[in-house]
Amino acid sequence: MSKVVLDFEQPILALEAKIKEMKELSASIDLSKEIVDLEKKVESLRENIYRNLTRWQRVQLARHPERPITSDYLANLFTDFEEIHGDRKFKDDPAIIGGIAKFMDKSVVVIGHQKGRDTKSNLYRNFGMPNPDGYRKAHRLFEFAEKFNKPVITFLDTPGAFPGIEAEERGQAEAIASNLLLMSSLKVPIVVVIIGEGASGGAIGIGVGDKILMLENAWYSVISPESCSSILWRSWDFKEQAAEALKLSSFDLKEQGIIDEIISEPIGGAHRNHTLVFDNVKNAINNTLNSLLNVSPEKLVADRRQKFYKMGVWNE
Amino acid sequence: MSWFVRSKSNIEKKELKEMPDGLWTKCSSCGEIIYKKQLEDNLFCCPKCNFHFRIGASEYINIIFDDNSFFETNTEVKSADPLNFTDSKPYTTRLEDTYSKTNLNDAITTGIGTINGKKISFGCMNFNFIGGSMGAVVGEKIFRAIKTAINEKCPLIIISSSGGARMQEAAFSLMQMAKTSAALSELAEAKLPFISILTDPTTGGVTASFAMLGDLNIGEPGALIGFAGPRVIEQTIKKKLPNGFQKSEFLLEKGFLDMIIHRKDLRTKLSSIINWF
Repeated sequence: MSKVVLDFEQPILALEAKIKEMKELSASIDLSKEIVDLEKKVESLRENIYRNLTRWQRVQLARHPERPITSDYLANLFTDFEEIHGDRKFKDDPAIIGGIAKFMDKSVVVIGHQKGRDTKSNLYRNFGMPNPDGYRKAHRLFEFAEKFNKPVITFLDTPGAFPGIEAEERGQAEAIASNLLLMSSLKVPIVVVIIGEGASGGAIGIGVGDKILMLENAWYSVISPESCSSILWRSWDFKEQAAEALKLSSFDLKEQGIIDEIISEPIGGAHRNHTLVFDNVKNAINNTLNSLLNVSPEKLVADRRQKFYKMGVWNE
Repeated sequence: MSWFVRSKSNIEKKELKEMPDGLWTKCSSCGEIIYKKQLEDNLFCCPKCNFHFRIGASEYINIIFDDNSFFETNTEVKSADPLNFTDSKPYTTRLEDTYSKTNLNDAITTGIGTINGKKISFGCMNFNFIGGSMGAVVGEKIFRAIKTAINEKCPLIIISSSGGARMQEAAFSLMQMAKTSAALSELAEAKLPFISILTDPTTGGVTASFAMLGDLNIGEPGALIGFAGPRVIEQTIKKKLPNGFQKSEFLLEKGFLDMIIHRKDLRTKLSSIINWF
């Protein structure tokens, strides 16, 4: 069991505690049958809960403090990573990291939202909420990749672009918009992986690509369930309903044609087995990248634009 | 038993004198009472303080295009409800209510017209249609307006006023940011000008996509323009925002607008700018 327990995991935890207690007791009394029964019960309960996760429960998993973050993927999927800090305009934004690396012996550019692991690092990373400088650093790295004809891999994991005074002064909107424009005409492959939270403009600001991959329990939408609840229901209490209404899970988005592939997670969420998640993500990126490497730049750009032109449903 | 007892009877309500509705309006900036006809003649700007009232597509078309030159297109493109979205009321009901209340098809009106004889592909957002929010219809109509500009080899002008992306279409709305921006990259490749006019208010996903991508970004005086809304920022940083923050003049000072044009000069200035290209 992980150190952090989510509310819907409480029944599992309670049963597990009971088993532990019984095991301690079984030194004096024979409880082996009861223990086996309870263990079966825990297993079916676990199946039952994790196979039927609500959208809000998936949002909670996507925010789990032990869930792998961009730096973990950098350390485990890539070699020879060299971080590039400079946006060459104002400052280094720790909420977006990027640089050059090797992915299975191929030279690539990697860019991702960076959350922290604890309070201190989260404050430093601004909880993964970038300022315009982060998007401009990404902009520079996109151009860098194109200049040297290397593919780009981006990792999305942000609660949103930061809503602050300085962010507005330095043009948060313009920084995101410029990235959308650039990404839609970049002449090298872009593979986007949504690993945790994909909140709104802050996420898509580095999220326009040829293929969009998404971890099973990540979420991606126009607004977070909490903010949606506060605006549409005028109260913070309707986040569960908002999450349902927004249809923000990987399964929903696959059905809506917004993402291309779901990357499966171990039962209980990505934090339960990092190694397995790294393997799954690595394979998914590798297959996707290989399918894009032989496509001509012209076709790559034309297909990418068409992909986004098709998004949306209307009557006519 | 209460301690105090009313000894006198209440003030009687007198019948109010009949006053025809809608003849006068109050300036929300300086409080001036303005005769509506006078406001209209003044292009919906306060004659005293120059405050620019929010107006919609039909008014802007009258202001900037040559008389009877504008032809509206894609009026049949209407919102669907792909997610079956329901908050306090179902999205479909919200749409029906808004159609009848505003007499509009969606948060944007698009078409083609002439300014001093020069052909323009045009789009103008309507803030009173669900907060001018961008869903699939707004995205598709902007996409088509851009394609029209490319096919007709003419400039594109879009007037924005929007609270951002439409929540009721969730991820589809978010994708319109990419869709409109991608189409603009094709317009740029065709070397055709895009003039973006930002009016009060332009925020969220609209500012963070096509509205900030003009070859020229033009603001109306005093318009609120930003990524996050002021209320969200105040809640986040737990501080009051300075006066004039996120107003056109502020964006001009910070370098994100190229010019601010008073509504009364809009037609002549646009005409002369278009002539340059």
